[in-house]
Amino acid sequence: MNGTDLATGAAIDRVDLWIVIIGLGLGSFALRFAFLGLIGKRQMPEWLLRHLRYTPVAVLPALVAPLVVWPGATGGEMDPPRLTAALVTLALGVIFRRTLLAIVCGLGTLYLMLWLMG
Amino acid sequence: MTAYAETPSPASARATFLRGMRDGAPFLLVVGPFAMLFGVVASEAGLKVYEALVYSIAVIAGASQFASLQLLRDGAPVAVALVSALAVNLRMAMYSASLTPHIGGAPLWQRALAAYFLVDQSYACSVMAFEKHRDWSVSQKVGYFFGVIIPICPFWYVFTVIGAMVGSTIPPELALDFALPITFIAMVAPMLRSVAHLAACGVAIALALVFAGLPYNLGLLIAALAGMMTGAAIEKRSQTEAST
Repeated sequence: MNGTDLATGAAIDRVDLWIVIIGLGLGSFALRFAFLGLIGKRQMPEWLLRHLRYTPVAVLPALVAPLVVWPGATGGEMDPPRLTAALVTLALGVIFRRTLLAIVCGLGTLYLMLWLMG
Repeated sequence: MTAYAETPSPASARATFLRGMRDGAPFLLVVGPFAMLFGVVASEAGLKVYEALVYSIAVIAGASQFASLQLLRDGAPVAVALVSALAVNLRMAMYSASLTPHIGGAPLWQRALAAYFLVDQSYACSVMAFEKHRDWSVSQKVGYFFGVIIPICPFWYVFTVIGAMVGSTIPPELALDFALPITFIAMVAPMLRSVAHLAACGVAIALALVFAGLPYNLGLLIAALAGMMTGAAIEKRSQTEAST
């Protein structure tokens, strides 16, 4: 999720650019539509449903874990304020089961830690 | 501001729509800066404002937009840029499968529209609400989903344009880079309510860190699949134990 370090080079070919924009747009839609569109309300087998019940608690933590341990903003260096904020958010979310409370306290912890550590 | 919990189940699709809007609101903190950054990077890569905007409208998936633009800028072949960025979006198929038991019964046009707007944030927010409110009808769930995207997707377009025109991002001192991890953790944490869920999450985190260096976002896919298999295996074992 870091794209800030684009090297300066030749201008992007316009045909290439539009192939990527259109192709990536259509391809991404196909991935998103695959199950919603083609399966629809047909019943999926129980073994598949059982796996899908764990999709959110597996995909989203896997998406986030590297960003927590090696944040892009610190050039991939482990960052105590960000690590602490993530753990506080997780703990409050598990204990109180209130998403907004966890977000607010997590951001609060982040800013407090960043301020304390100068 | 007491969304996500304790309030009683709303009755209509309109009520769930409004509730979805409220629950999706914190994601503005994530989407605004991220889209703005894409606008800036796009204009630095020589894209016109309208080209950056069409990019964001057509693809509507941040990480893959950055990946493909970077590869184009580095002079990679078109096919490489395209396939790499699509690999980054493979998780969307998992989201699609995961939402199908909930909103698969909706009319085709609604499913197509929902598929287009299926991004990390709308998925996380909706699946969490659907798990909590199993009594919601299909139309209530669809209403909620479309509510969630209101504070997310339009702002993805708008802030892409702002970034491309203004050419500067939100100051890094605001640390909004970390709004994304925090909002996702806060969404997932309340879902960790059984040993199977905890194990799925733990395995996914461990493998995501171990395989973080793999190209094409493969580490994420391996970690997610292994996590799902762990959760499903534990659930099945506890069921057979309970029935014997």
